[in-house]
Amino acid sequence: MTGNIAAIGAALAVIGAGIGIGNIGAKAMEAIARQPEAVGDIRSNMILMAALIEGAALIAIILAFFG
Amino acid sequence: MRKFILSLSCIFCLSIFAIAQHDGHDHSHDGHNHNHDTHDHQGHAHDQETHTGHSHEGHDHSSHNHAGHDGHGDHGGCGHHEKHEFNPGEAAFHHISDQNIYSIGPFSFPLPCMLYVPEKGWEIFSSGKFHADAHGNGEYAYNQFILCEGSVRRVQDASFPSGHVELGHHKVYPKKLKEAKGKDKEYAFVCYNGKEWKADSKSTADGGMFGGGITSFYDFSITKNVLTMIIVFFFLAWLFTRIAKSYKERRGKAPSGLTNFIEPIFIFIQDEVAKPFLGHKWQKYLPFLMSIFFFILGLNLFGQVPFFGGSNVTGNLSFTAVIAIIAFFVTTFSGNKHYWEHTLWMPGVPALLKILVITPVEIMGMFIKPLTLMLRLFANITAGHMVIAIFVGLIFVFGQSGANPGAAYGTAVGSTILTMFMMAIELLVAFIQAFVFTILTASYIGAAVEEAHH
Repeated sequence: MTGNIAAIGAALAVIGAGIGIGNIGAKAMEAIARQPEAVGDIRSNMILMAALIEGAALIAIILAFFG
Repeated sequence: MRKFILSLSCIFCLSIFAIAQHDGHDHSHDGHNHNHDTHDHQGHAHDQETHTGHSHEGHDHSSHNHAGHDGHGDHGGCGHHEKHEFNPGEAAFHHISDQNIYSIGPFSFPLPCMLYVPEKGWEIFSSGKFHADAHGNGEYAYNQFILCEGSVRRVQDASFPSGHVELGHHKVYPKKLKEAKGKDKEYAFVCYNGKEWKADSKSTADGGMFGGGITSFYDFSITKNVLTMIIVFFFLAWLFTRIAKSYKERRGKAPSGLTNFIEPIFIFIQDEVAKPFLGHKWQKYLPFLMSIFFFILGLNLFGQVPFFGGSNVTGNLSFTAVIAIIAFFVTTFSGNKHYWEHTLWMPGVPALLKILVITPVEIMGMFIKPLTLMLRLFANITAGHMVIAIFVGLIFVFGQSGANPGAAYGTAVGSTILTMFMMAIELLVAFIQAFVFTILTASYIGAAVEEAHH
């Protein structure tokens, strides 16, 4: 069994991003349930925040690939 | 729409089966196109000589038509090196990388090669001169250029014959060499006259920043990705001129046809992205945001069309780097006094803190923003394409490259379902990533043009 230790780093980054995006999704659902009329604003902000978290995770993954 | 998506997925599955059929036995390569190095490793090449013998024993070729395959005895010490175990990751990387040939279904079409060699000048010819086989490996060399896995390489050694030279079947092949750092790096090799010649790395635009290395030639060719960009550009130009014309002709009437399809998307970007983030200056930046959004969306969707080239433009780091750099320049040059004040000399913070923490972090942030824009789009699209390619690769893992057809057929059913599922998700991702790129660009520009309000 051979492998690259960078894979562990990439996996940790994905776990972190998964928790973060999961939190965003959960809170967005709660917010929509509380104020269904604000669904448009909440959705676009949700995607924006998820994208920001994803960016941090992707940098870690790319560094794991090329490092 | 659902029928359209479904048929798209079906055709795509079929096409990857067709492509993958060709690849069942050729996986001694690593298509990782950023891992090349230009240093001369002739010494290492000789160490590897012992591994290059032709080894076809125990390998099932029944599914491939090798009627024209010449005898194995004439390689004279070098030749096509095959590895028995199939590596789905390497195969996936090969299928998403840029190429100098355009393939539609089982047919491959030559593209113009425009190569610049500093000591010799321009070389402009068609990649048809290489007579590429099903793997994209050229069977001819032209003016010291060879075609390895669809991309042009150059043999720098002056003793390699110039002009149109016949090499024969399976004479160009990639091979891994041990690097000093303990990593394997891959180079293209060509076998001619019983001798093995090492070719340069692929020409890269980044000047070797990502490990590509500076090669002895510059590649300005119309590659598969460039052609795709040209096609999408003309398609969008045609689409939007037509829509603009229909608005003029149907003034006062409800929109119809194509206009009906594009208008909600356009209004969505205008109302959800441009207006909230850019304030009263939204009209100035709307054309830029729309261009970015529709170009990325068009390329994302075009990259999913099966059979037609299999291009992966938005999953190419060079392309995403260029649009991220454009976004960076637009943000930087539209920054007002307020933005620069907050970046370089944040008011209301002690001077020591400003110099030590705030200003360096803000300046880093200026560059990290486009960097994440670039990586996000690249990684999302590449990941999607790779997952699909690896699902198909599972067929060859379980079928042991043709040795176990029963398992291969069984896996093919599961792989098809998973691939169709991934294709559906990828259609969603195509829209989301185009939207995310636009909304983030808008928010960066919005932060730069925001007026002081304290």
